Amino acid sequence: MAKNTIKKDSGFGVAQLILFISIAILVIFVAWPVLLILFNAFFVEGKFNSLDFYNVLTEPETFQALKNSFVIACMTTVGSVIVGTFFAWLVTRTDLPYKTFMKSLFLVPFMLPSFIGALAWKMLLSPHSGYINKMWMEMFNTTEPLFNIYSYAGIALVEVMYLFPFVFIQVCGALERMDPTLEESARISGAGLLTITRKITIPLVMPSIMSGALLIMLYSMAHFGTVAVLGIEQGIYNIPTLIYEKIHQSAGSFASIRTGTVLATVLIASAALIIWTQQKILSKGHYQIIGGKSFRPMELKLRGLRYPLLFFCLAYIGFTIVLPTVVIFLVGGVQTYGLSILDPNNLSLDNYKYILFEYDVTRDAIFNSVTLGLAAAFITMFAGVMISYVIVKMKVKGKGILEFLGMLPFSVPGSVIALGVILAWSGAYGINIYNTVWIILVSYIARYMAFSLKANSAALEQVHDSLMEASRSCGASMWQSLKDIVIPLVKPGMISAFFLIFLPALRELTVSIMLYAPTTRTIGVAIYTLNEDGETVMSTALAGIALILIVLGQMLINHLTKKASE
Amino acid sequence: MSYIRLVNVTKKFGDVTAVDNLNIEIGKGECFSMLGPSGCGKTTTLRMVAGFEDLSDGEVWVGDRLLSSPKKRHYTPPEHRNFGMVFQAFAVWPHMNIYENVAFPLRLRNLPSAEIDKRTKDALTSTNLLKYADQSPADLSGGGKQRVALARALAINPDVMLLDEPLSSLDPHLREEMRFEIKDLQRKYGFSIIYVTHDQSEAMALSDRIMVMKLGVMQQIAAPLDIYNNPVNKFVFSFIGVSNFTDMVWQNGQAHIKGANTAMPNGIIIPDKVKGEEIFNLASRPTEITFTSSTDPNGVQGVVMRKSFLGEIIDYLVQVGDQEIRVQTGRRDLGPAIGEVCYLNFMRPFWYRVDE
Amino acid sequence: MENIIKVEGVTKSYAKHQVHQNLSLDIVRGECFTLLGPSGCGKTVLIRMIAGHEVPDEGKISIDNTVVTDSATGEYIPPERRGLGIVFQDYAVWPHMTVFENIAYPLKMEKRPKAEIEELVMRMIDIVGMKGLDKRLPSELSGGQQQRVALARALVADPSVMLLDEPLSNLDANLREEMRFEIKGLQEKFGITVLYVTHDQEVALALSDRIAIMDNEGAIRQIGTPYEIFEQPADLFVFKFMGIANFLHVTEKAGKFCVGTGNQEVPWEAPTGSAASWVAGFRPSDVTISREANGLKGKIRRANFLGATMDYMVEIDGETLRTELETHHAINSNLMFEEGEECYITFKALHWFDAKQLEEVAE
Repeated sequence: MAKNTIKKDSGFGVAQLILFISIAILVIFVAWPVLLILFNAFFVEGKFNSLDFYNVLTEPETFQALKNSFVIACMTTVGSVIVGTFFAWLVTRTDLPYKTFMKSLFLVPFMLPSFIGALAWKMLLSPHSGYINKMWMEMFNTTEPLFNIYSYAGIALVEVMYLFPFVFIQVCGALERMDPTLEESARISGAGLLTITRKITIPLVMPSIMSGALLIMLYSMAHFGTVAVLGIEQGIYNIPTLIYEKIHQSAGSFASIRTGTVLATVLIASAALIIWTQQKILSKGHYQIIGGKSFRPMELKLRGLRYPLLFFCLAYIGFTIVLPTVVIFLVGGVQTYGLSILDPNNLSLDNYKYILFEYDVTRDAIFNSVTLGLAAAFITMFAGVMISYVIVKMKVKGKGILEFLGMLPFSVPGSVIALGVILAWSGAYGINIYNTVWIILVSYIARYMAFSLKANSAALEQVHDSLMEASRSCGASMWQSLKDIVIPLVKPGMISAFFLIFLPALRELTVSIMLYAPTTRTIGVAIYTLNEDGETVMSTALAGIALILIVLGQMLINHLTKKASE
Repeated sequence: MSYIRLVNVTKKFGDVTAVDNLNIEIGKGECFSMLGPSGCGKTTTLRMVAGFEDLSDGEVWVGDRLLSSPKKRHYTPPEHRNFGMVFQAFAVWPHMNIYENVAFPLRLRNLPSAEIDKRTKDALTSTNLLKYADQSPADLSGGGKQRVALARALAINPDVMLLDEPLSSLDPHLREEMRFEIKDLQRKYGFSIIYVTHDQSEAMALSDRIMVMKLGVMQQIAAPLDIYNNPVNKFVFSFIGVSNFTDMVWQNGQAHIKGANTAMPNGIIIPDKVKGEEIFNLASRPTEITFTSSTDPNGVQGVVMRKSFLGEIIDYLVQVGDQEIRVQTGRRDLGPAIGEVCYLNFMRPFWYRVDE
Repeated sequence: MENIIKVEGVTKSYAKHQVHQNLSLDIVRGECFTLLGPSGCGKTVLIRMIAGHEVPDEGKISIDNTVVTDSATGEYIPPERRGLGIVFQDYAVWPHMTVFENIAYPLKMEKRPKAEIEELVMRMIDIVGMKGLDKRLPSELSGGQQQRVALARALVADPSVMLLDEPLSNLDANLREEMRFEIKGLQEKFGITVLYVTHDQEVALALSDRIAIMDNEGAIRQIGTPYEIFEQPADLFVFKFMGIANFLHVTEKAGKFCVGTGNQEVPWEAPTGSAASWVAGFRPSDVTISREANGLKGKIRRANFLGATMDYMVEIDGETLRTELETHHAINSNLMFEEGEECYITFKALHWFDAKQLEEVAE
């Protein structure tokens, strides 16, 4: 037995070094940009000035954007809760045919980026040239469109279509995990199924509904794409679109930066409030409703409504997913925009060939998005493993700071990150990477750190301490144990973190739109700007390519996770 | 007088028969237990009585009310059966306080509010919960939650109380306490109980009669002491306590423990039903075997293979022929040492055919 | 007798909670030694300090005459160099390695030649009764089989001591009993020293050569053989911890010790010593119940038929006691009492304890 003598309070060891690096990563990428925003919002010429903050806030333009963000978020949330809860109830508590298949269908909207959806709906329902509206007006010989998508209701409807799965997935989970005897005991007490749904089931899943609702609220308030595509025409701005407008139009003037930071501060505060409420609901209001032995839960017999409701579900999916997707691919293939998209002579694959191989804007955008996505996914995955390891497994002084910093990425919306990154990396502090691809990479890392932390810490929590202690007792050193035991066991978590970052990065718009330069467009930016410039066909063709990439990526994930769980 | 009647009750899940042609009659005020390992169909039977499962065949009656009959296309849903039911996982509603949990079934019956208040308080008093009425059930321990469930079931003053492993989620000492409590409540309110459990001592202590089930088939229905005195088959024997099943063979007309040179003593009477069997079983319980002297005419010779001191009891493994027999004695009975030749006296031997 | 593990004056605290204070313990080479105590008493902390996963605040631990940790000199040998085999409560079998790879790991760390590893591992797999399962992953094994892999892994490198931390508490009752015999068998076969930690007194009694009883404060109350611990408890805590215990409060009346507030004298030798008040402690099996007027007169409060046993709760002058009879014995000896019947109680064994201890234990 060889001896080695170490001091009990060894000063700066490996553990401290790892902790230091972890803190440094989170500070540089997340905390510092956010602090700069707060500083710029509240300090004018180096002095604290809350009055000016108030003045900026109450300018009609800013105030209107705040109101819009809030109104659209509320409408979207209410709509999503209704749609998501209803479908969740339908697939878990009734005898709807093909329930498991329907359940997976309702998750498909997750794959469709909402700004691409918005693009499709613009082509379908824009007041004068939308295909549906045109058809309507021709059919009934009127000048009144059927529905104007350039409106609050239009924006909220499109957001609901692509966001409701957040509520759906939460409520489905709660209903499936819920102990069926909670409902059965109400039944034997004399309550009918409708009373039970009203008095027992809905109240018990309320925390899950709320938590999904808050998630949507947060997402919608900070959401850029849909509002940008559908709102700007009518002058409807929300916080992120106004920040974008300010930064872009006035080329980084002081006043516009200030307006941006003030708006971003409001976003940060709302996000913090929402996250805090959600934590509170989850920790306090979350009932212990998971039970002992399990039976199939009671099912409401839909009887005559079974097939009508199935048809309704299919129609919903057809209307919100299939129709927009088909429109994207058709418009992407037209030779002459303005002619019928259903005329086979007007359709070909030439546009797709052109944007993939010939048109430099789109070709570059695809290349940029793929390389940026891969780089961000790699870096964030490894940084996330390290930070999660410190938080979950290590006993080291000063860990509390890291735990706090680790919460931060979850509550900072994309447009805030973009603005903070501009403030931090445009030369004011020695490094200027503005207008380069690096600034987008930096912001992606900040934006997707939360996903990586979540996936990796979940994986690490599965690795019980005793597994590592067992290997130490078997004669393996700490590094040897990390290599032989911990890393192989968290690999699935790392892979899933990789894809959780790579896929959204591929379609990212909110952050990239604020940071792109002519040569550093991403797919999202290219789709958006081409559409702005009136290149509708090229824009939709690229959107079609993006959809194909996303679906392929999703299939790859499903394949990998299936293999891992076997 | 039979009050609850199950007539030819059968339940099939696809090709699997979960409950096979069950006929039970339970009297008013009787405590009837269904005992068996998990998957024996006891819970399914209870759920058919409650109305949560359809019957594949047969009928369920309470008094003169027909509750379920697939043949007559009759089915009363659970909410109209007027039963009380308590579940293993408590199933108290966490979003209502304790008072509201208990009052809920009464409110559904549209009773006058004074009546609701009185009956709720009565039920809470009977279960010693009155002082917690305003609290959330989440603040209570498992035993407390199960009391809320009991109070809720009592409040409607049901004729039939269905209890589905109500004590399995509790600590052992609490389990015993609640057992007494259920018995006392039954004495006070006079309802019939159908009790589902896999714990034989629980069933023995509570019930007037017990049904032992295996793979959906009734094995024996009898009073607890009768089941103890006369388990009808190997399964029932094994299910109501630690058991030895020793293989026996006939050699020259004499019964031998398999592999033993000497025959079983003549004093031990072997019933006719195992005569002519190639191999049959001697069933015994470790506590019902004692060590005796070599001169005992009923002594069966063996060798001690293992002996462990377990505090209250001393646990032996004795080899006889090629069979191993477990013997347990009190801690004061200084038995033989490991490796020693010993003589066993079977105080209550049972005899079964191998396939019984 | 040579001590293989020496724990000297160990103290350990977490934040403000003191787990052990000045604890000393010697474990003899080749014995099976059990640390027995209620959950949360710190026995796992002690075993972790011996294994090297925790460092004592004060004190010294030696294994095999080598100091492995000493607060005075700051000496500390990391777990991988202590030469111990450990089995954890949750098995800690690595899910991504096959049975063979799991068991081979300690040998691989010692850089033994491949052929030797192969031979030792296959022999070990055979010994723990897992032949033919060497290529399985832990997810394809039952709980008992996983625990066997953990045992084999702990034993394969021929450790000086095997530490077992509640290795059976995740198994069901039947398997627990089976594994208990198996562990005992392996210990005898390898002649290895075992330090076993558990809260289950039955396992401790069945397995151990010696047992140390630890109380809630992490202090050792008694060390002795299973028989000594059970029949000659050092104090009320040990007595209560080792099994179902009855306690009768007594009042002293003119030199006589009477049950409860009544006038019946306890039919046992009077206590000697200087307690302010006494309780009589005895086990249900120490009680003889009869219908003949002999001993304490009482009343059956509850009669419970539990199958193989009859369980009676008897009330004597305001005090209650529990006793159990085998049912066949009760039937044969006319001892099937009904609730409310009179009965008489005598004792086969009885311990006097200071009544103060009963309050302490109840807290």
